[in-house]
Amino acid sequence: MSIWEYANPKKFMQTSAWALPWVTGLAVVTLIGALIWGFFFTPDDFRMGSTVKIIYIHVPAAIMATGTWFMMLATSLVWLIRRHHVSVLAAKAAAPIGMTMTLIGLFTGAIWGQPMWGTWWAWDPRLTAFLILFLFYLGYMALWEAIENPDTAADLTSVLCLVGSVFAVISRYAVLFWNQGLHQGSSLSMDQEEHVADVYAWPLWTAIIGFGLLFVSLVLIRTRTEIRSRRLRALEARERMA
Amino acid sequence: MIALLSRDIALAFRAGGGFGLSLAFFLIVTVLVPFGVGPEGGMLARIAPGVLWVGALLACLLSLDRIFALDHEDGTLDLLATAPIPLETVTATKALVHWLTTGLPLTLAAPVLGILLNLPAKGFFWLTLSLALGTPALSMIGAFGAALTVGLKRGGLLLSLLVLPLYIPTLIFGAECARRGAEGLATSTPVLMLLGITLGSVALLPFAAAAAIRVNLR
Repeated sequence: MSIWEYANPKKFMQTSAWALPWVTGLAVVTLIGALIWGFFFTPDDFRMGSTVKIIYIHVPAAIMATGTWFMMLATSLVWLIRRHHVSVLAAKAAAPIGMTMTLIGLFTGAIWGQPMWGTWWAWDPRLTAFLILFLFYLGYMALWEAIENPDTAADLTSVLCLVGSVFAVISRYAVLFWNQGLHQGSSLSMDQEEHVADVYAWPLWTAIIGFGLLFVSLVLIRTRTEIRSRRLRALEARERMA
Repeated sequence: MIALLSRDIALAFRAGGGFGLSLAFFLIVTVLVPFGVGPEGGMLARIAPGVLWVGALLACLLSLDRIFALDHEDGTLDLLATAPIPLETVTATKALVHWLTTGLPLTLAAPVLGILLNLPAKGFFWLTLSLALGTPALSMIGAFGAALTVGLKRGGLLLSLLVLPLYIPTLIFGAECARRGAEGLATSTPVLMLLGITLGSVALLPFAAAAAIRVNLR
């Protein structure tokens, strides 16, 4: 039993068909639970009022936005090294989800920032880095769309993902150098004294787990769709040959 | 490699080679900016380093798709791929030619255009230095982007979409270096970072570009 078994599309389809309802159900329950807990059963912050509650969407979405890119990096590497189609299809499936998470992070941040910072947008390092990340997702997906041959597209997008990762990290530190920020520090780090109060932290952790499960569920659905459309394409090609 | 270098340079300078186009573009962008923001000298002096860097970057971008596209169309790229020199050397040479025909002229033209934008006297040296250090990275990153899109019919717009995010760190450190130089501040940090990006790109990206070309020629 090893993880490479799931490189076989058939095996992947079987297992994911079994796992999908569970993951999806768990994601829905956790998310609804976390959001109800966060929205209705935590006190308003004494300075920020009820706007603090957007944290339950903003922080998980932001974590998922960066996490998705790391997942794409890992699956792209697996494709380049071991040539497993499921792996690269998962990367392709994850990209729009990561882009949506980036957008959610930017939008909820803007909605929160307008009353709190008095501006929708500031050229703060974190905000800028997320905007750049959004552009990377855009380029990655555009390259997938542009190339017809699926194997060529898989190879080129994987190479782009590797190079893009390096440049995304450099950009992160470059914008940090370029402008000191308005954005508060990390909300959940272990060693900082300034993290959020426990009252907010527990529903927040639940929401993060919920977003993680939601991500897994969406990636599974989209990867299954990609595999099916591959099969469809193969069937059509066979029919035309006959 | 030398033969390839001189061939590509000769091709670039002949009619239809597109040399000069990016220089003209750079000139027009720089001339348009004062019309957009107003002729007031103080403001122009403040934004001059950034405007010149963005202009040089866009001018560089304009000529990227020529790096491999023509050679791909007439089959030269297939010959180069099967030639005894490694494909990595070919991509590095192509990037070098691109730099010699766009980056270097842009660097030399930038101080002249700096006069138009009222660049402070202290800034000329740092602007030229930052462009000289930064444009090789622009060419090398661009060669990688061109290698990714070489097989596509209409790759130009996609090429810009792929390459522009990769240009961000170079632009930040380059413009920052020129700005600090113009204001008389310490410049060693951005200069070193810029140099690091350039050397890193030149060392690693030829491999990525060659890999992309191999995939595209398959």
